Amino acid sequence: MTAKGQGRTAFAYLAPALLILGGLLAYPIYQLVLISLYDYGQEQVSGGAPLEFLGLGNYQNLLGDQQFWGVLGQTVAFAAVCVVGTLLVGAFLAILATRVRTWVRMTLFLAALGAWSTPAVAGSTIWLFLFDANFGFVNEVLGIQGFSWTFDKWTAFGLVAAQVIWCSFPFVMVTLYAGIKAIPGEVLEAAALDGASAFRTAWSVMLPLLRPIILVVTIQSIIWDFKVFTQIYVMTNGGGIAGRNLVLNVYAYQQAFAASEYGLGAAIGVVMTVLLLGITMFYLRALKRSGEVL
Amino acid sequence: MRRWLTEGFVLVIAAVVAFPLFWMVLSAFKPEDEIISADPVPWTTRPTLDSFTRALTVANFGRYFMNSIIVALVVVFLSILISFLAATALTRFRFRSRTTLLIMLLVVQMVPVEALTVPLFFLMRSVGDSVPAFGLNHLGSLVLVHLAFSLPFAIWMLRGFVAAVPVELEEAATLDGASRFRFLWQVLFPLVAPGLVATSVLSFIHAWNDFLFAKTFIISAVENQTLPLALQVFVKPDQNDWGAIMAGSTLMTIPVLIFFVLVQRRLVSGLAGAVKG
Repeated sequence: MTAKGQGRTAFAYLAPALLILGGLLAYPIYQLVLISLYDYGQEQVSGGAPLEFLGLGNYQNLLGDQQFWGVLGQTVAFAAVCVVGTLLVGAFLAILATRVRTWVRMTLFLAALGAWSTPAVAGSTIWLFLFDANFGFVNEVLGIQGFSWTFDKWTAFGLVAAQVIWCSFPFVMVTLYAGIKAIPGEVLEAAALDGASAFRTAWSVMLPLLRPIILVVTIQSIIWDFKVFTQIYVMTNGGGIAGRNLVLNVYAYQQAFAASEYGLGAAIGVVMTVLLLGITMFYLRALKRSGEVL
Repeated sequence: MRRWLTEGFVLVIAAVVAFPLFWMVLSAFKPEDEIISADPVPWTTRPTLDSFTRALTVANFGRYFMNSIIVALVVVFLSILISFLAATALTRFRFRSRTTLLIMLLVVQMVPVEALTVPLFFLMRSVGDSVPAFGLNHLGSLVLVHLAFSLPFAIWMLRGFVAAVPVELEEAATLDGASRFRFLWQVLFPLVAPGLVATSVLSFIHAWNDFLFAKTFIISAVENQTLPLALQVFVKPDQNDWGAIMAGSTLMTIPVLIFFVLVQRRLVSGLAGAVKG
């Protein structure tokens, strides 16, 4: 086939994908930035008032808003707790999994698979029920019936973080376990022959070999936990009392769809996208440095 | 001795991890008075299907279940077709903008789709003005967005599988008189099936679990809600029908669980194939 014919067939094959991706990803990204530059509220949407171009006005409002900085800080702290918790639990269980017989390991992996595959809404609801003030099993066991976990800001955040860790550690565990298993036995034998202790082997031999995998699961977890929406929304009933359990994603949603400040909501979306793109760029650079080829 | 300790510990952890799911299923089968008892116990002597009946009749979960199934299956079907064609184009043909397209595919995967709710909401609103079936309050709008979100990864992943099929095979098929169309669907398509399984599972789960877009797009048409949203609607402060909610959660989780367990091996090999490719 001629080069021109090849190009034509290729574009015929690509057309449906390009149409969908252009219309439903590329165009909305452009629109997101555009809307964030306007005063876009309920009146503008219904056509009752003309659109007013604000330039960076929405961003100025946002950066001058105490609540935004509070929510941003909360988001970072919440994501950090979730990421650290997920990694610690996942890594710890991956190591334990290498030291037990197959049926024990399979039991653990099956349980983890269950947690992993539970839809976020269902998982959040189950946890809410387990920790219910009056009918919850946890309060019954702890003997603190009537204690509301979701009322206090910090216990509410803690509960959501525990739920997030519950459903995201399996990914880390399974990936790290596969990584540990992929280390050639000779390497570990050589370390043992040279008289290295178990700790020394783990620290100086296994850790460097696992570095690329650890990096991948870390950044992946950061990206996931930074944009948690469902768990916060369901478990704290839309961001907690007076919005004290808000994270960036829920905040953007509330600004846009509850307060009808679509311009402001879009601006928060842009801020979040920029932050996450920054993290991803860092991720790609780190991957490149560790010798991974795309 | 130490191994016994470790194994015992691991089993306890497995029990803790599985406990929420156990509690969900157990509560779904408990009679109502045991659920709202002040002293909940981790067993039941009188299992009943009452909660399921209530979830399916009063809460109309059957309808929402079907809605969720329809959205997820249509997304999977369309994303298989579209991503297979696109992946073939990107691996089997050489054309000028090929590299640019590949890089763009990577970049769009990094955009947090949650940030796009506002523009997508307005887009669906205007789409609805001309094609109501794909506008707000209709399942079509959910199909469209989930299709768009699952395509970049699906194309990216399938590329490796298509590339793994030797070009000689295509030449042989052409020599045997197979048309390009026939080669595509009767030779190449079955060969990349393992990759299709892996991508389909991920697209299915994304569409099935979605809460944010269902909440944003399906505003007033209660009959077009999907499971995650319906479940959330029945959670009311102070007067939850926990039995029905747990039955609904069970109905929502079981399909994914079965799906996941059945395909986990293929999923892992599929993912590995994509990485190698």
